[in-house]
Amino acid sequence: MTLYAFYFLSFLAVLGALMVVFSRNPVTSVIFLVMTFFTIACHYMLLNAQFLAAVHIIVYAGAIMVLFLYVIMLLNLNDAVEQQKTLLLKVAAVVTGGLLMIVLSAALRTAEVTYVDTSVVGSASSLGKVLLSEYLLPFEAVSLLLLAAMTGAIMLARTRRRKAEDAEGGNAVPESEQTESVAYEQ
Amino acid sequence: MNSSLMQNGLVLEHYVVLSIVLFATGVMGVLFRRNAIIIFMCIELMLNAVNLLLVAFATFYGDSAGQVFVFFIMAVAAAEVAVGLAILTALYSKLKTTDIDILSKLKW
Repeated sequence: MTLYAFYFLSFLAVLGALMVVFSRNPVTSVIFLVMTFFTIACHYMLLNAQFLAAVHIIVYAGAIMVLFLYVIMLLNLNDAVEQQKTLLLKVAAVVTGGLLMIVLSAALRTAEVTYVDTSVVGSASSLGKVLLSEYLLPFEAVSLLLLAAMTGAIMLARTRRRKAEDAEGGNAVPESEQTESVAYEQ
Repeated sequence: MNSSLMQNGLVLEHYVVLSIVLFATGVMGVLFRRNAIIIFMCIELMLNAVNLLLVAFATFYGDSAGQVFVFFIMAVAAAEVAVGLAILTALYSKLKTTDIDILSKLKW
């Protein structure tokens, strides 16, 4: 039963990944990527990592993919005709991917696997204990990283507008507009 | 849990092969497409393949540290996407394109 579930989920995941690469419309790619992420979350459940499955769905399907969709809609790329690479480059890309697959499989085929028969618990409580005791410093560093990323994203999106207004002969952005853009980003 | 997984015939090799296929698909997509947003999605695909393998290792080895690493990778991926998409938006407002063959210069 578990094996069949694994094969079904793997099939869906690989199919979704291939459709991300080969579909012409960026919005279709996003939808198939969401499907792949959901199947990966189901794999996490199969591996008894329920907390990570929930976090995966919230972070990827809930936040990152919405951000992608939002940017595609904002840039109005959903009906844009993308310039395709030449056939030679496409064949080269597929061959490179296949070769990488073969090389990685060959490298990992003979790897020795040690199964330790201890029951790992992927629940929120056990993961939280490890995360907040053993890995407390990286945990805090991640919060700094997220703050830096948020500030950087706001700065990148704001500088352009101020430059554009300067070019039009306007002054610096008024204070009220700045706070508005900050709230918008959050 | 891992013993019950193994009783069902599910071994680590299954997950290794699946992760390799997903990772290679991501690499192929990066080489295949010209739209920078699709390339970002393929990078996410690669990160997820690695995450899946880490969770499989953690489960079969019986160590929670692997799941903690996955947690951190997710946070870094979220930060990366936020900054990358902000850069793309800024570039698009200036150049009206997300084609990487046109975005191949660092400075205009």
